[in-house]
Amino acid sequence: MSASDTQDAQTDASHGHHPTPREYVNIAIMLAILTALEVSTYFVDFGSIAIPLLVILMVIKFVMVVSFFMHLKFDSKLFGRMLYGGLFLALLLYAATLVILFFERAPVV
Amino acid sequence: MAADVQATTLGLDHRKLAMWTFLGSEFLFFGAFVSAYLLYITTTAGGPGVEIFDIPFTSISSFVLLMSSLTMVLAHNSHARGDLRRMRLWILATAGQGAVFLGGQVYEFTTFYNEGLNLTQSPFASSFFVLTGFHGLHVFVGILMLLSLYALSLTGKVKANQDVKTEMIGLYWHFVDIIWVVIFTVVYLIPEIAVG
Repeated sequence: MSASDTQDAQTDASHGHHPTPREYVNIAIMLAILTALEVSTYFVDFGSIAIPLLVILMVIKFVMVVSFFMHLKFDSKLFGRMLYGGLFLALLLYAATLVILFFERAPVV
Repeated sequence: MAADVQATTLGLDHRKLAMWTFLGSEFLFFGAFVSAYLLYITTTAGGPGVEIFDIPFTSISSFVLLMSSLTMVLAHNSHARGDLRRMRLWILATAGQGAVFLGGQVYEFTTFYNEGLNLTQSPFASSFFVLTGFHGLHVFVGILMLLSLYALSLTGKVKANQDVKTEMIGLYWHFVDIIWVVIFTVVYLIPEIAVG
């Protein structure tokens, strides 16, 4: 057995409980339902709650994929820090863009 | 052997740590494009704006990509159990769904072009095509990695006890999926609803 094989086995041993295939399918069904709810905002008038609802649904879907399909819920916390650190910096960039939008509108071409 | 994995003081597989770090940096890459898109969303230079989007069509593409994450995680699950035959089946299913998504994007871009929206038409058009185009490029790279994994497992280069290789490609694929979750909401749905 090569060092690579041994390392794979060690990494597996460090994992917590992973979902079963049936649990993965259940998660996918929930994601499909959430997507259907998202798309319904295009066809049904949800009024002023439409945009907050879409943002909440987006965050739920995001966290579900990252936690269960990417196994972040069961893996090392350091991996999560790497991912969410990048996301935090991206959100800072987005916030800076909003500040620019607020104080100086983009030139209208 | 140079390709062998060395133990690290973190007690973690450094290949996985590198992949997670890379994915974290990718948020900044896409964050910049999403920010530019939001900045220029109304600068259409008299051309088509967000009203050109075909939400029902894009919804189907989004659904296909979302479901490809399921087949990807099932491929990794099969590999972790040592079932390479089933792993290859799920890998092909994932690559196929990725190809369907890319086909949909090509169709969408072609339709937009015929309706007067091209890369240099306006800041809105440029930021839209660059953002979604780069995402499509990531999907394309993902498909290449999936097909490479398929071929390597067929030739015995990827063995039953090396499931971290499938897991790492899976991490990349799921990342491409979550970026689309954000793009679908922020680029397509919210502007469409805001326009009314």
